[in-house]
Amino acid sequence: MAKKQAMPKSAPGTHVSTKDIVNKKIAYTWWEPEVQYSWSVGPAMSRFLEELKNGKIVGRKCRKCRRVIVPPRMFCEHCYGPTDEWVYLKDTGSVETYSISYLDADARRIKEPILVGVVSIDGASPKHGFMHYFGGMKPEELHIGMKVKAVWKPKEEREGSIRDIIYFEPVKKGGRKK
Amino acid sequence: MREVAVIGGGMTLFRRRLLETGKELSYLATKMAMEEAGIEKQDIDMVVLGSAPDAFDGIHIKGDNLVDGCAAAGKPYVRVFNGGGTGVFAPIAGWWHVASGVADVALVVCEEKMGSCYPHPQTAFRHIWDPILDRPLNPNLVWLFAMEMNRYMTAHDIKKEDIALVAVKNKRNAVGHPCAQLADPNITVEDVLNSEMMAWPVQRLDISPPSDGASALIYCSKDKARQFTDEPVWVAGTGWTIDSTMWTNRDLYFPQYVANAAKMAYKMAGISNPFKEIDIAEPYDPFDYKELHHMEGLLLCDKGQAPILTREGVTQRDGDLPVCPSGGLLGVGNPIAATMGQKVCELYWQLTGKAGKRQVPGDPRVGVGQAWGDIMQMGTVIVLRK
Ligand SMILES: [Zn+2]
Repeated sequence: MAKKQAMPKSAPGTHVSTKDIVNKKIAYTWWEPEVQYSWSVGPAMSRFLEELKNGKIVGRKCRKCRRVIVPPRMFCEHCYGPTDEWVYLKDTGSVETYSISYLDADARRIKEPILVGVVSIDGASPKHGFMHYFGGMKPEELHIGMKVKAVWKPKEEREGSIRDIIYFEPVKKGGRKK
Repeated sequence: MREVAVIGGGMTLFRRRLLETGKELSYLATKMAMEEAGIEKQDIDMVVLGSAPDAFDGIHIKGDNLVDGCAAAGKPYVRVFNGGGTGVFAPIAGWWHVASGVADVALVVCEEKMGSCYPHPQTAFRHIWDPILDRPLNPNLVWLFAMEMNRYMTAHDIKKEDIALVAVKNKRNAVGHPCAQLADPNITVEDVLNSEMMAWPVQRLDISPPSDGASALIYCSKDKARQFTDEPVWVAGTGWTIDSTMWTNRDLYFPQYVANAAKMAYKMAGISNPFKEIDIAEPYDPFDYKELHHMEGLLLCDKGQAPILTREGVTQRDGDLPVCPSGGLLGVGNPIAATMGQKVCELYWQLTGKAGKRQVPGDPRVGVGQAWGDIMQMGTVIVLRK
C-alpha cells in the first residue's frame, strides 16, 4: 500500500559540473559525428527556389479553399487534394512577428543582433509567409505590421536559395527607402 | 474504455548534467514509482517510453538503448515522441494501454539527457528545422519562442513585467521540490527584466534550463487498483492535436491545437467550465509567456486574460487556480520528456496530498496537465481526478 509521504521522496542522481569534466574528475567518452546530407527539395520547392533566382516569389493557389499559399506546396493540407496553379506574388509584405537575437545558431552570444521574423507576403492569403532576416533599419524601428520589401542579391550571385533575398527592409511611403 | 488509475510516480534530480547514464536515470525514476505503487517488475504488463530527439544525447534508436532501465526487457514496449509534447503524450499512450484492456498494469518512463551535447543542446535543435527554407538562415530555437512571444504580447498589449511574474512564481514554487534545478526563493520581477537579453523579447530568466533527468508513472486498471492503493487517482480525460508543420501560415498569438486537445480531454472528463471545475493546472512552461499562452489554450480563461489572472494572484499556490505549483519547467528544470514529473506526476501527488512543501491547500480534486511540442504545433492534455 502506498505510504502518505511527500513525493518525490528523494532526488536520486548525481550532479556533474563542467569543472568535473574539464578536470577529468569523471570518466567520459567523446564522439564527433561526421555526417552530411543532401536533400532533394521536391517539385514545389524546386520551382520556388528557381523563381527566387529570377527575383520573384511564387505561391500555389488552391481553388477549393481559395488560399494562395506560400511557401508553395503541390497539395493542400486542408483540402487534401492537389493545388491548382502557380501565382506570382509581390516581393513586399508585412512583418507578422519578429525577434532581435543576440544568439547565434549554437547559442553563442553575438554583439550585433540578428533581426529575424516572419513576413506575410503581399498577394498571398493573410498570415501566409516565411521566416527571414530584416535589415536596412535600426532594431528599434522594427515593428509588427511594418511594410517591408525584399532586398535581392545581385542576379549573378543568386543560387536558388532563400538567401537569394538578403533581407527585408522597410518600405517608405512614396517608394523605396533612400 | 476501462477506467485507469495512477498508483505511483517517480522522478530523479534534474540538473544541467548528471553523472548517471540515461539507462541508470530511467532505472532510478522507475524504481521510485514502483516503490510508491508497491509493485515489482513482474507486475508490469507493458511499458511506454517517452524521450525527445535522439540528437540530444547522440544515441539513435534511443528506445532500444534505454530498455533495461525502463523495466521493459522481455515485455511489450514502445517509444513515443512528439518533441516537447512527449511529457504528456507518453502518459496518454500509457493510459490507452490500460484503457483498451490490453494491459492491466502499465509503466510510463520519460528520460532525457541533454547535457551530453556540445557545445550546447541548442546545437542539436539545429536538426529539427526545415532543411530547405529555415536552415539556410542558421536559426536558433529561441527565435521561435521569441517570435511567438512577441506576437502574443502584441496581440493583447501585454507588458513584459506581467510575463516575468510567471518566472518569479514558478522559480519560487520550486523551492522545496527535491529535484529542482533553478528554485529561487528571492527572485523578483526586476531580476527577470534585468537578466541577459537572448532574443528580444526573451531574456535569460524567461527561459527554463536544459537538463538531464527522468520520471516515471504507473497505471493500473480499475479492477486491480484496490490491490495497490486505497486512494487511487483516475485519468478522467486525455486529448492531443497537432497542427500543420507550416507555422509561418498561421497566427501564433493563440495555440488553437492546444484548445482542440483540451476540448477533447474535457469532453471525456465531462468538464464544461474548466476554470470552475479544475483545481490545479500544470500547463507547459518552457518559457514564462508559454504558461499564459497555454492557460488560454487550455480554455482556463479568455484570450489575453491569463496575465491579468497572474497579476491578481489567482495562479499562486494559494490562489483560486494554482498554476504550476510544482515549480514547472522554469523552476524544476526542462529535461524535455521527463517534465512528465511536473506535468503529470505532480498532479497525482497533489491530488493524493503527497506534494509536501508544494502541496496546494483545500483538498484539490481535479488537475489538468499539458505539454506542447514539435515546431509550435502539438498540444497534449491530460485530466486527473480523485
Ligand atoms: Zn485547399
